[in-house]
Amino acid sequence: MNFFMKIWHSSLGKKYIMGISGFVLVFFIVTHLMGNLQIFVGPYWINTYGLFLHERHEILWPARIVLLTMVVLHIWSAFKLRAENQAARPVSYAGNPAPFAASYASRTLMMSGIIIAAFAVFHLLHYALGVRAVNLTGINFSTLQDSQGRPDLYLMLLLGFSRWPISVFYIIAIGLLCLHLSHGMRAMFQSVGWKWTFGGVSHLPDKIARWFALIIFILYVSIPVAVMCGYGKAYKERALQHLTANAISGKESAR
Amino acid sequence: MNLTLKIWRQKNAASPGGFETHEARDVSPDMSFLEMLDMVNERLIAAGQEPFVFDSDCREGICGTCSLVINGVPHGGRKGTTVCQLHMRHFQDGQTITIEPWRARAFPLVKDLIVDRTAFDRIMLAGGFISVNTGNAPEANALPVSKEIADLAMDAAACIGCGACVAVCKNASAMLFVAAKVSHLNYLPQGRAEKDRRVKNMVAQMDQEGFGNCTVTGSCEAVCPKEINLDFIAKMNRDYAVAVVKGELKANSGGGVG
Repeated sequence: MNFFMKIWHSSLGKKYIMGISGFVLVFFIVTHLMGNLQIFVGPYWINTYGLFLHERHEILWPARIVLLTMVVLHIWSAFKLRAENQAARPVSYAGNPAPFAASYASRTLMMSGIIIAAFAVFHLLHYALGVRAVNLTGINFSTLQDSQGRPDLYLMLLLGFSRWPISVFYIIAIGLLCLHLSHGMRAMFQSVGWKWTFGGVSHLPDKIARWFALIIFILYVSIPVAVMCGYGKAYKERALQHLTANAISGKESAR
Repeated sequence: MNLTLKIWRQKNAASPGGFETHEARDVSPDMSFLEMLDMVNERLIAAGQEPFVFDSDCREGICGTCSLVINGVPHGGRKGTTVCQLHMRHFQDGQTITIEPWRARAFPLVKDLIVDRTAFDRIMLAGGFISVNTGNAPEANALPVSKEIADLAMDAAACIGCGACVAVCKNASAMLFVAAKVSHLNYLPQGRAEKDRRVKNMVAQMDQEGFGNCTVTGSCEAVCPKEINLDFIAKMNRDYAVAVVKGELKANSGGGVG
């Protein structure tokens, strides 16, 4: 315990916590992306994957606990570091000049982080918890089932991104996430002391951070863009007809 | 050249400060920034007013004493340049120039444009040295040092401890200074024996002085008059992690009979 308190109380220690928790969250972002991209393979794949995750409580719960711990550590150390940073300069310069030669991403980490956190809460309500009030379709996502009676994640994504305000918010949030990552990953490598020349490429970790952020952005955004451009339209319409038919027959049988 | 100067005036740390505006007339473009300030001060003295106090020593860009923030940027923001090597030809006729001291909690203000940078000295005392007995210089080839390592250590050793990195950093972080001093000795075989102790003690002292944390914005390397770069901060982060994970070995007080 003494060892961890020592790390927590040192400036570099908090940066390690920041970087390592960030790394775990980046790992989650990649696995989540790989899950989501199965939408392009078809309903069978993504629904099988969804059911697999949900039935494996021995994977699901440890992963949720670890992720939540990382989120807490990441946010906690961010606020602690920021408080120390602000205390380190009690009197500011005339006219509060923008930090000299600092990139936009590096100056806005806290702001992009807060907006991403707010988006994450909305995103969980939207898809994971299936709160009907926030999805703007009037359909309860948690009742959707495919032809084999499994939760229909494929249809959920198609319906979820069929409302443009939601897709636009999603794209903006992913944009901010990637802005956050483009500097955050660079700082993460720097904090653990990994910033050297590999295979003749100088500052390779810095370049990895920038390319990674760009690729993540393109792949994540491809999903709402594809849905808004009409991907899966036939499947969605068939499913909606089925839903309305069920609703009518449900009402009739209730009579 | 004629310039309008807005210069920070403050009697001491306890009393409030503020900007005073002065006109600098007939400035030669060949003057250095400090020579221009000398001229302004001489005119103030001649008029019976109090001159502005500012730090300077060698005036050839190698001692790290001069410390002015010009238009919001320490040393004026020209690549690899201290204020004493900044010339008036880089300014325009009629320009308004704001001159302020370094601003950081760890650098308390002494008067006008002078701050107390002994926080850096205390960091150096915590580990910026090699514990050896003095004597004759050792034979040059007794300890081989590769060209790459010698160059890296030399780059780090170029730090003149002016504190511009702290002054420019949005977090008033001293990471670039401490990293340069740690790396300089940690790279070399003479310093490697005390590598872990050095980095731990110097970082602990840095934290105690109330400097901020590194957010890798790169402002420090952009303004450093000796062009020391962020790679040294990465090196220090790595050395510190290794030192913390390794822990310390303590000698056993026993030893047996005989």
